Amino acid sequence: MQQSLRVFPSTAEFAPPSVLVEQARIARRKAESASRGLGLTIRGLRKAFGDNEVLRGIDLHIPAGQFVAIVGRSGCGKSTLLRLIAELETPGDGTISFGESARAEDIRVMFQEPRLLPWARVLDNVEVGLGRNRGLSDANARAEAALAEVGLRDKRGQWPYVLSGGQKQRVALARALVSNPRVLAFDEPLGALDALTRISMQQLLERVWHDQSFTAILVTHDVAEAVALADRVVVIEDGRIAHDVAVDIARPRRRGAADLAALEGTILRHLLSGNDADA
Amino acid sequence: MSVVERLPRVRAVRVPAIDGLVPWLLPIAIIAIWQVACATGYVSARVLPAPSDVLLAAWKSLRSGELQQNIWVSFWRAAVGFLIGGGIGFALGLANGLSQLSDRLTDTTLQMIRNVPHLAMIPLVILWFGIDEAAKLFLVALGVFFPIYLNTLHGIRTVDPQLIEMGRIYGMGRGELFRRVIFPSALPSIFVGLRFALGIMWLTLIVAETIAASSGLGYMAMQAREFMLIDVVVLSILIYALLGKLADSASRALERLTLSWHPAFQK
Repeated sequence: MQQSLRVFPSTAEFAPPSVLVEQARIARRKAESASRGLGLTIRGLRKAFGDNEVLRGIDLHIPAGQFVAIVGRSGCGKSTLLRLIAELETPGDGTISFGESARAEDIRVMFQEPRLLPWARVLDNVEVGLGRNRGLSDANARAEAALAEVGLRDKRGQWPYVLSGGQKQRVALARALVSNPRVLAFDEPLGALDALTRISMQQLLERVWHDQSFTAILVTHDVAEAVALADRVVVIEDGRIAHDVAVDIARPRRRGAADLAALEGTILRHLLSGNDADA
Repeated sequence: MSVVERLPRVRAVRVPAIDGLVPWLLPIAIIAIWQVACATGYVSARVLPAPSDVLLAAWKSLRSGELQQNIWVSFWRAAVGFLIGGGIGFALGLANGLSQLSDRLTDTTLQMIRNVPHLAMIPLVILWFGIDEAAKLFLVALGVFFPIYLNTLHGIRTVDPQLIEMGRIYGMGRGELFRRVIFPSALPSIFVGLRFALGIMWLTLIVAETIAASSGLGYMAMQAREFMLIDVVVLSILIYALLGKLADSASRALERLTLSWHPAFQK
């Protein structure tokens, strides 16, 4: 129920869908001059799988266009929170509301695995990301533009299996970007990459976030990554928000800089002290 | 990338013109040795006729039109039986892979029937259909049904759930999800079933024709045995081998055409 309410604008009863889609597109272009991202507010969010209560009341407001990193130990519920935001799960209790009515194409997820279709060429894989607009005449051009954005235009006609792990993940990023999402949720997208590829992917993420000004939510267990990329780091422990740390360090940020390392140390101490309390 | 892909392939220097002949070297050598053995009298013509005699028998049979007629009849039976049995197997495999209701309703029954060797049905089939076309078509259809059914079902059941979730997130409806995710993913497995089925198709047909028929390759071999025409018997066996190879090549070509995305089917 909640899902269908969110996918369709509230005026759905008064106008045919085609008109609405067009209106929405025009409205969005106007809004693009400011931040295109959607803000979101989470209130009293709970989620349990059977007897296992994973989220125990999350309250969080993310302003439009902010880059938020969610960190925590494995099993703390951070991935579940992301899946709830992306509507892949339904909340047990509480609400998630976006600043305005969001369409399905406005919220995109990128997973740890690239999840490309092995039987579709790179360009066709990116076109999948257009959602219901796949059939439109500009689909091809938009997919090409998204591929160019991640620097893989020359791979457009390749099968996914010839790509390296980092390249596959960049195709997945292009697929997520092609519908111009207003919220992009990352579920440890760089977890399976080697250290050097990770760093260049982090720079790519930061660049596209800066260029397209969507709201970014990054779930990661790597505190250094969180501090390097995010405006704000939210630490989750035992299904609750334990710390909410603003990262007031100017961009571009230099890897290995002292202030980043200091902040990383503080957050790590938070995480580890939580562990001592458990033991 | 898997470990296997990283292993260097052992490859000799290739000369394109000769390269295509390599798979045929062994059959040609066997035939040559066979011819020599017969010509020198090492093998009696009553045990095994020389390849040249078999060729002669083929020529005679071709001129009378008998051979083409029999091959055509057998081919027709194989194709029609395959289409019927394979079609039903494919449809049920899809249905049971996609719908739990359909699976619960039919799978137990099918698993029971599967464990009856279909050739054990021959006496019953003769009683039902006589030695008409229907008897052969029924047996072939029954034979090819199971490999196609089982492999289609397996292919659909083993689709990566992460890809299905991805498809849903990107707004694919049921039809599109099937067309773009489920079916292509099941295709390699369906091809495995297809190749099994092609082998069973020939086997079933020849057995059925040997026991109860008045035309076709199996019938031709049986007639020849009655008249001690051992060259014709050997000829029919060789034709089975060629037809089997033909069916296999056709399915391989189809695989290469449709599975070019799959690293295992790269040349």
